[in-house]
Amino acid sequence: MDAIGSLIDGFATAITPVNLLYAFLGVLLGTAIGVLPGIGPAMTIALLLPLTYSLGPTQAFIMFAGIYYGGMYGGSTTSILLNTPGESASVVTAIEGNLMAKRGRGAAALATSAIGSFIAGTIGTLGLALLAPVIVRLAVQMGAPDYFAVMVLAFIAVTTVLGSSKIRGLASLGIGLLIGTIGIDPTSGQQRLTLGLPELADGIDVVVLAVGLFAVGEALWVAAHLRRSPIEIINVSNVRMTGDDWRRSWKPWLRGTVIGFPFGAVPAGGAEIPTFLSYATEKKLATHDEFGRGAIEGVAGPEATNNASAAGGLVPLLTLGIPTTATAAVMLGAFQGYGIQPGPRLLDTQPTLVWGLIASLFIGNTILLALNLPMATLWAKLLRIPRPYLYAGILFFASIGAYAANTSTFDLWLLLVIGALGFFMRRFGLPVVPAIIGIILGPVAEEQMRRALQISNGDLGGLYNTWFSKIVYLCILLLLVVPPIVRAVRSRRAGPPQPDVAEEAAPHPHANVEGL
Amino acid sequence: MPIVVGYVPTPEGRAALDRAVEEARLRGLRLVVVNASRGDALVDARYAPAGDWDDVLQRLTASGIEHETVRQVEAVDPADQLLQVAHRTNAELIVIGLRPRTPVGKFILGSAAQTILLAAECPVLAVKAR
Repeated sequence: MDAIGSLIDGFATAITPVNLLYAFLGVLLGTAIGVLPGIGPAMTIALLLPLTYSLGPTQAFIMFAGIYYGGMYGGSTTSILLNTPGESASVVTAIEGNLMAKRGRGAAALATSAIGSFIAGTIGTLGLALLAPVIVRLAVQMGAPDYFAVMVLAFIAVTTVLGSSKIRGLASLGIGLLIGTIGIDPTSGQQRLTLGLPELADGIDVVVLAVGLFAVGEALWVAAHLRRSPIEIINVSNVRMTGDDWRRSWKPWLRGTVIGFPFGAVPAGGAEIPTFLSYATEKKLATHDEFGRGAIEGVAGPEATNNASAAGGLVPLLTLGIPTTATAAVMLGAFQGYGIQPGPRLLDTQPTLVWGLIASLFIGNTILLALNLPMATLWAKLLRIPRPYLYAGILFFASIGAYAANTSTFDLWLLLVIGALGFFMRRFGLPVVPAIIGIILGPVAEEQMRRALQISNGDLGGLYNTWFSKIVYLCILLLLVVPPIVRAVRSRRAGPPQPDVAEEAAPHPHANVEGL
Repeated sequence: MPIVVGYVPTPEGRAALDRAVEEARLRGLRLVVVNASRGDALVDARYAPAGDWDDVLQRLTASGIEHETVRQVEAVDPADQLLQVAHRTNAELIVIGLRPRTPVGKFILGSAAQTILLAAECPVLAVKAR
């Protein structure tokens, strides 16, 4: 087994004290920001992007991946104790988890989510280690039209499948693609959308973009909605599960893993859909008629799912260079900052980085279990931090990061402009995820499209002349056509529309539903 | 000329409320119960949860004294909110709860009680939890 051997080498990289320290820092920070609603792994990694100037790529990515995983753990704590999902993947957990906590079973809910996350994260990471080399073998045969098709799939999936409104998703993607084209056109060397400003000729630095959209936009949004009645927190003493809880949890954990990993791995975005699917599955299979009153299956399944999909999400990022979530998009930006282009060659050119990263995920997962099982209620204390302090700190680091990118004050003005854009996107309900994916993936997709068109001498047929790209375009078509038809048929059959699960779990006004 | 009491959902807060009810009955005065938060943190342990506040309301109704309740979230320090209520109602007495603090703890953390003691325009009765 080639992959296993490489993985063992990876452990040798990950177990060095320095790398262990960064893994620990990452998961610690990840859990903290996962607990805090409105601050998610994408924003945190964006704020930490300036670290990539001084830190080696292996250390940086070990830490970033720790943040990504940690965010998934931390989010469940807030969901269960406060009914306020810390990030989007935990929205479903809040439904049954908070009901359990209200009935005094919060300890079991926290335990099942931590252990389920650990199991799913470990299996998912193992899946990543085994699947990545296989995909790479397929991916080296992919040509420019195939890549472009997969990227279009990622764009369409992230805009139409996620979020409430397709129009808003597409508008947000359009904003992202527009910003992504600013700068010198790599193929022809012409300046585009630079408004004659020499500072824009190189394009906008990814640090400025990510920090502006996530950190400054969110800070302005919070500042505009600062005063709210505090919400009640449910106190939980010792976190542990009874034998019955174990019996009822282990199957949902495994089912959640099976649902979550493939959804993360295909470039069709995010942990939201699989967590809803897992919830629906557990509800259907439940033998205890406890759903709606706090069933442990409803926590175990979705929590396992979101961690498995986080692991799955690293598959397209590392093998194809295609991000499926905002966090993965910012990580792709970090890769580009190092001059490393993730893709099929990454495993050959940077084996130490990739396998060290994967091995550190196993270690990070174990640390997370140790951090979260005994200390879940301690983490909840973070929620008492007054937001002005928190966001003042975030703005401070955001400005430093943006200035450090090119040490130019122009970037600080740009940061403000992009922050204002982020604020107004939130104000008018435009999701931020499609925009960031458009910004970071857009230029790459454009390059592949231009290449495909150059090969075919400008003939549009060059974009779909391979069997692989044809299949992908068919998938896109199905993605666009099938859900509306299914919805129409179902509503005709069911008569009056039934309340959706998503509506029942109306997020608290504090919650940033996207969990960035 | 009512009695104003600052309520927090802790043993100290309950002791202050008990004493204030006693005091109001003794003096035959109206009682104003204040529970305030600045509302800038997601969770504020000193803002009474819904269930706890219901208990307070029930207690007041059961005690039979004339009362008014103020439960507010404003961008002002809770101590100042209490003082504002006392000023507005022209209070005769303010009742607050005190919790034990070491000198070092007092030095590091500010104290709502201190703000009230120093700035109040009327006598302040400070009660400790039993």
